[in-house]
Amino acid sequence: MPGQDLGVDEQFYREYILDHYKNPRNFGHIEHPTYTHEEDNPLCGDVVGIDLLVKDGVVDDIKFHGRGCAISQASASLLTERIKGMSLDEARTIGKEDVLSELGIDISPARIKCALLSLKVLKAGAWGLGEWPGEEEG
Amino acid sequence: MATFTSTSRQPFNAEHVRKDFPFFETGVAYLDSANTSQRPRHVLYAMDEYFEQFNSNVHRAAYHVSEVATERYEGTREAVRRFINAHSAKEVINTRGTTEGINLVAYSWGQKNIKAGDLIVLTILEHHSNIVPWQILAAKTGARLEWVDVDEQGELRLEQYHALLEQKPKLVTLSQISNAIGTINPAKQMVHDAKRAGATVLVDGAQGAPHQGVDVRDLGCDFYAFSGHKMLGPTGAGILWGRRELLEAMDPFMAGGDMIKAVRQEGTTYADLPLKFEAGTQAVAEVIGLGAAIEYLEGLGMENITRHEREITEYAMEALSELPGLRIFGPPVERRAGVVSFEVEGIHPHDLSTIVDRHGVALRAGHHCAMPLMIRLDVPATSRASFYVYTIKDDVDRLVEAVADAQRIFA
Repeated sequence: MPGQDLGVDEQFYREYILDHYKNPRNFGHIEHPTYTHEEDNPLCGDVVGIDLLVKDGVVDDIKFHGRGCAISQASASLLTERIKGMSLDEARTIGKEDVLSELGIDISPARIKCALLSLKVLKAGAWGLGEWPGEEEG
Repeated sequence: MATFTSTSRQPFNAEHVRKDFPFFETGVAYLDSANTSQRPRHVLYAMDEYFEQFNSNVHRAAYHVSEVATERYEGTREAVRRFINAHSAKEVINTRGTTEGINLVAYSWGQKNIKAGDLIVLTILEHHSNIVPWQILAAKTGARLEWVDVDEQGELRLEQYHALLEQKPKLVTLSQISNAIGTINPAKQMVHDAKRAGATVLVDGAQGAPHQGVDVRDLGCDFYAFSGHKMLGPTGAGILWGRRELLEAMDPFMAGGDMIKAVRQEGTTYADLPLKFEAGTQAVAEVIGLGAAIEYLEGLGMENITRHEREITEYAMEALSELPGLRIFGPPVERRAGVVSFEVEGIHPHDLSTIVDRHGVALRAGHHCAMPLMIRLDVPATSRASFYVYTIKDDVDRLVEAVADAQRIFA
């Protein structure tokens, strides 16, 4: 019978995920961004937009904005933390496995779009890679 | 035929009814019946019996098992006729579900009767399956769509509806009950008014037929579409009912085997109703399953079902309302079917669904295939609990407990 272990929930919505959701890092906008892009997931209404300021090939500043579920917003917050200060070349190598392992929880197929929305915004928008295969492969 | 279950002819008791549904042995508190219902053994056995004892195609062969299969298949048509109180079983068309029924009307009736500049009236409460076929039809023909809005309680603004009727719409299409927020529309009055304005009227009965039943002659519409899988039947079997004279004047939707009278190199004459609209091999087992579902529902009594759902809905609304920061969408319980759509402050519906799922509670989160309504309510999505004959108060208690736990986690 499912759902008998109520402790599981705390494990799923781990403290740091809730923390990133409630206190998102790098939240807001950059005044004159090098790149800016926003996407939504009409299926669940999640929205994530990312502004990127690049100086000498390095991500000098990054900010995100959006709304939606804890997974989508925490994932965006974690991603900005990771990328800030990275060289663009290095940042470009980040893939969905990195994002999922950073979240550190078992994401069900139904929620994979939420987890990967921020990466999609970064790949498809900020880096002009266009049709990034993204979550459909999840 | 499979023997009828023990629950029939007894006073309605959901605890007893539940024992007829093997699914509940999983222990899941299933609160997504507006999406798809569970199936009682009576339905499962009827389908098994077909597969095991007279599996064959219908309407074609002159051997015994095919005759039995045909008799059972056509038996469902008669059961549906009785269930919806249609004049004739010839007006009862087997489809895969509500979606196919509406598409059939949009294509076969719509393309013949809707012209550029014609008005089609629908409501903001509609499911996508009663929106998109009309958008496609309007784009093809140059017709225009007008939407009836809702008030703050999620009930249709009838004064606006009447103003639209004055523009003499060619077609009015509306749901009997909103799948997303449970509003029971005043369908009979709305159909009456639309007919008086000269419109052809389709009623989407996907939520109406399972929970309230229907008398199509009393309702007065021209088309009525519903799905078997939301009323204890299997997926893949649904019904379109239409007025005979309209169906007879319509062209076929799909063409192929079974829908013909004679095929020659020079051309084809179509079969009479209802087979004109049933091309190709049908979902025979599923149609037989639908017949068994109707038999089972009639055994329980539709009034009992409606009363039970009202009781559970009232209980759920009261219990959920006690949680802080929880907001319920839609009308008061008197004008609401067994659907409670809500949002919890600070918790996205998908997070809520994930957490309550870990408590063994199956709760729908999303736009419920009613995106225009979500936009109107200014929410990205809602959480939706929906009930049926087998829902018990314990299911609701488990939901409330699980939501409270989610609030604790997100506090």
